[in-house]
Amino acid sequence: MDNIQIKIILATIVFAVTLGIAAYSTYFERKFASFFQDRIGPNRAGIFGLLQPLADGGKLFFKEEFIPSSANKFLFILGPSLTMLTALMASAVIPWGMSLVIDGKTIDLFLVDLNVGVLYVFAVVSIGVYGIMIGGWASNNKFSLLGAVRAASQMISYELAMGLSVIAIIMLTGSMSLKDITLAQSGFNWNFWQQPLACLIFIVCAFAECNRTPFDLPESESELIGGYHTEYSSMKMGLYLFGEYINMFISSAMISILFFGGYSYPGMQSLYESSPNTAAILSVVSLFAKIFFFIFLFMWVRWTLPRFRYDQLMNLGWKSLIPLAIINIIVTGAVILIKQHYFS
Amino acid sequence: MNASAYTSLSNRKVDVAKKEMTFWERIYLPAIIKGMMITLKHFFSKKNTVQYPEVERPRAAIWRGTHVLKRDDEGRERCTACGLCALACPAEAISMVAAERKIGEEHLYREEKYAEIYEINQLRCIYCGLCEEACPKAAIFLTPEITDVEYKRKDFIYGKDKLVEKVGENRIV
Repeated sequence: MDNIQIKIILATIVFAVTLGIAAYSTYFERKFASFFQDRIGPNRAGIFGLLQPLADGGKLFFKEEFIPSSANKFLFILGPSLTMLTALMASAVIPWGMSLVIDGKTIDLFLVDLNVGVLYVFAVVSIGVYGIMIGGWASNNKFSLLGAVRAASQMISYELAMGLSVIAIIMLTGSMSLKDITLAQSGFNWNFWQQPLACLIFIVCAFAECNRTPFDLPESESELIGGYHTEYSSMKMGLYLFGEYINMFISSAMISILFFGGYSYPGMQSLYESSPNTAAILSVVSLFAKIFFFIFLFMWVRWTLPRFRYDQLMNLGWKSLIPLAIINIIVTGAVILIKQHYFS
Repeated sequence: MNASAYTSLSNRKVDVAKKEMTFWERIYLPAIIKGMMITLKHFFSKKNTVQYPEVERPRAAIWRGTHVLKRDDEGRERCTACGLCALACPAEAISMVAAERKIGEEHLYREEKYAEIYEINQLRCIYCGLCEEACPKAAIFLTPEITDVEYKRKDFIYGKDKLVEKVGENRIV
């Protein structure tokens, strides 16, 4: 097997795992929502209701494919496709684990180790705004348009603070490659300990980027009847909802990698020298445990906090998070300079 | 007497003060964490769901469910189609057609007049039990059974086939 074949297999696995996690996020979202509300949740389709995502997916596929007569048909179809595409693209640079060794060949558990990995993720995620904007605009419905406008301004505002909070991490590590950032944190030397404020800002912005409660204003069903996907039905609606869950997965992965050590775990390097494959598999497990915790956090917050008002959202983004992120950069820079000059 | 005297009549007067939030309140995080701890407590708490078809919540002994038309000790229908139940019914859910008992049908009907058709629309019925109270022959009763679910509206109109008790059966406990 040459490198291309391995990469293709790995890409297929990443694709399948991403979709599978997104599908089962919907199940766990419903299940956890019920638990938080003292209910049991879906338990009829299969044992513990585990076949519920299949039933939901099947239902969405067989729903009527409805396109409003006044809608722009091309853009109407482009919207959800773009959301899905960009959501899936972001997983390309994520380092899933250490290298496996099979038959004397090392297999890297990531698709590509971009030296600008962080930048790539940000670029791809910001294209995701277009999916929502185009969909909301093409629907030719005032609620959709309002939702789309809200989504666009919200995501652009919070992307700023998000980017600024990550700059502190890049300054610490000196690299934009997600693999380097992970390895710099090996041995419980998580960025979180040094950058709790950046971590907090990043998590808050990640919630806003994914349009999750308490920042779910673009779809706020009580005011906008679903916002940008009001006019969508069938699998196009499913793609929007699915895209949201994939974004949640990617965001959780990014939080884990940037602040909580990615796939590293204490004692990883010493274990890697004795049995590399065990260490590699454990590293994947470690990353996924962190990701699942943050997906749980996303759901936990969703079923705890009410929605922000729009002016509160904008105030929080522009007047609190961005100044805090800038102060964080300045303080980090100053500390790094002082360390270099006086302690080295 | 000024207006504020009236507002305190209920003893629930609350002074609304728009006081500035403190720093800890303004960063929201302590309140958010407190709220998340409350929801986490519910996450592990006992669930209130009753899994209905498998588990039924206990009902009161006087629960009024779907109707039954009783027979007497010899297995004869008690109803004499007097129409008092239909008259008493506030929802006008009961309708009947009376017929005269023929010779040789004495083992089927207790009275000389009986209900040939007796229908209760279970969607109209409000399960008040007034038919039961109006009946002079102790023929109609409300059982503790829940009315079944049907796919069609017309299936909710129960005829004598569903209402009249089988011989030897006792549907009111």
